[in-house]
Amino acid sequence: MLSDWGAVLIFLVVGLGVGIGGVAVNLLLNPRRKFAQKYETYECGVDTIGPTWVQFKTSYFLYALLFVIFDVETIFLYPWAVQFQRLGLFAFIEMIIFISLLVIGLWYAWKEGALEWK
Amino acid sequence: MGENIFLNIASWIRGLLDSIGVPLLASDIIMMIVKASAIIVFISLNVIWLVLMERKISAYIQCRIGPNRVGPKGTLQTVADVIKLMTKEFLIPRSADKVIYLLAPLVVFAPPTLAFAVVPWGDGMAAIDMGIGVFYLIAVTSLSTIIFWMGAWGSGNKYSLVGGMRVVAQMVSYELPLVLALLGVIMITGTLNMSEIVEAQKNVWFIFTQPLAFLIYFIAGVSEANRTPFDLVEAESEIIAGPYTEYSGMGYAMFMLTEYASVLVISIMCTIMFLGGWLAPFGWTFLPSWFWFFLKVYVMIFLFMWIRWTYPRIRVDQLMGFGWKVLVPLSLANIFVTGIGMYVYRSIGW
Repeated sequence: MLSDWGAVLIFLVVGLGVGIGGVAVNLLLNPRRKFAQKYETYECGVDTIGPTWVQFKTSYFLYALLFVIFDVETIFLYPWAVQFQRLGLFAFIEMIIFISLLVIGLWYAWKEGALEWK
Repeated sequence: MGENIFLNIASWIRGLLDSIGVPLLASDIIMMIVKASAIIVFISLNVIWLVLMERKISAYIQCRIGPNRVGPKGTLQTVADVIKLMTKEFLIPRSADKVIYLLAPLVVFAPPTLAFAVVPWGDGMAAIDMGIGVFYLIAVTSLSTIIFWMGAWGSGNKYSLVGGMRVVAQMVSYELPLVLALLGVIMITGTLNMSEIVEAQKNVWFIFTQPLAFLIYFIAGVSEANRTPFDLVEAESEIIAGPYTEYSGMGYAMFMLTEYASVLVISIMCTIMFLGGWLAPFGWTFLPSWFWFFLKVYVMIFLFMWIRWTYPRIRVDQLMGFGWKVLVPLSLANIFVTGIGMYVYRSIGW
């Protein structure tokens, strides 16, 4: 018998096949007339100035940090939600405490201005 | 009437394989390849149709006619566009990081394909009836963030880089309310299997018992699919096309295909989790279950398009503020209310 994850592997291969096949057909059919300007970076007709890969706004990084914390929380919440009706009141109160800790964390981040886009 | 047509085709192929003496594992693998290919062909045809539908709807909303030259009433417009994109040059700009730039369009369609594997298209019509279906679907769909970022970084273009940064920030912020909103439903059903979740909606659809969760999921879904009013990722008027700025030919087409496929994924999830999946409303079972499923999915897609062509784009600060200060607290509150509500119902004697 084919296991669930074996089937997922087949889907992955087929999904990759679509991308690879599409681009391969494109590369077979496409015209190639080379001239220097064509391979310039697209910037509405003006030459691009300076390097592209530069240091970036830190706000993005703050959101990423917050995301990691809350995403781990949701992973904990899923098994709890599945068993919620069997675990009883004790587990529910425990989870309320767990979420409250994170809500306090969110409130702190909010207060410190991590959620402001400056 | 037509209820079991796809199941009958599947069992016919299975019987054919058995009759020529193919071993069990091999016939399993062949069946799965057939199912995967059928789903992908179906999705591609849907996307071709959706692009046209989007253009027609936007045209009528803006008092235009829309594409009406290729084929009857312009129905073959997208087919012509795909052929055009296939024969365009696949440009690799000089300043691009060539490996990453090339890799991104090759792998970009894999996450939606993986997501479609666990979807129950009708009664008993899931390709893989996985026990942790919902969790798996959330996990694989969030992979596409990385691939969009690969394309954006590899392009070596400043517009692409800004777009890529926005992809990561936006998808990451709206992933949370999206995932938390589904928790309410899972607390009620006590399972992650999609078929069982649909079965649990026999009496009442979860849109009525979890209206707030549906609203949060829908808004976050609009954002995850990068559609207006949350389409800062590819805000044409500021950053050209975001991560896809440098792509041409099939590279661009693969990104567009993925974009529409992710709209389909979000609509399908809305249908399964909140709109009763394949279940017929009012017991109207004279139409097959898969027909109801697609009717609901298309209603959701129409809603997406309607919103896209009605509302203007919001600013980045508004976007992030709305995600973190409104949707995340609301979705956490929804979990509380659901939990307490379930205890109250049970003590009354549900």
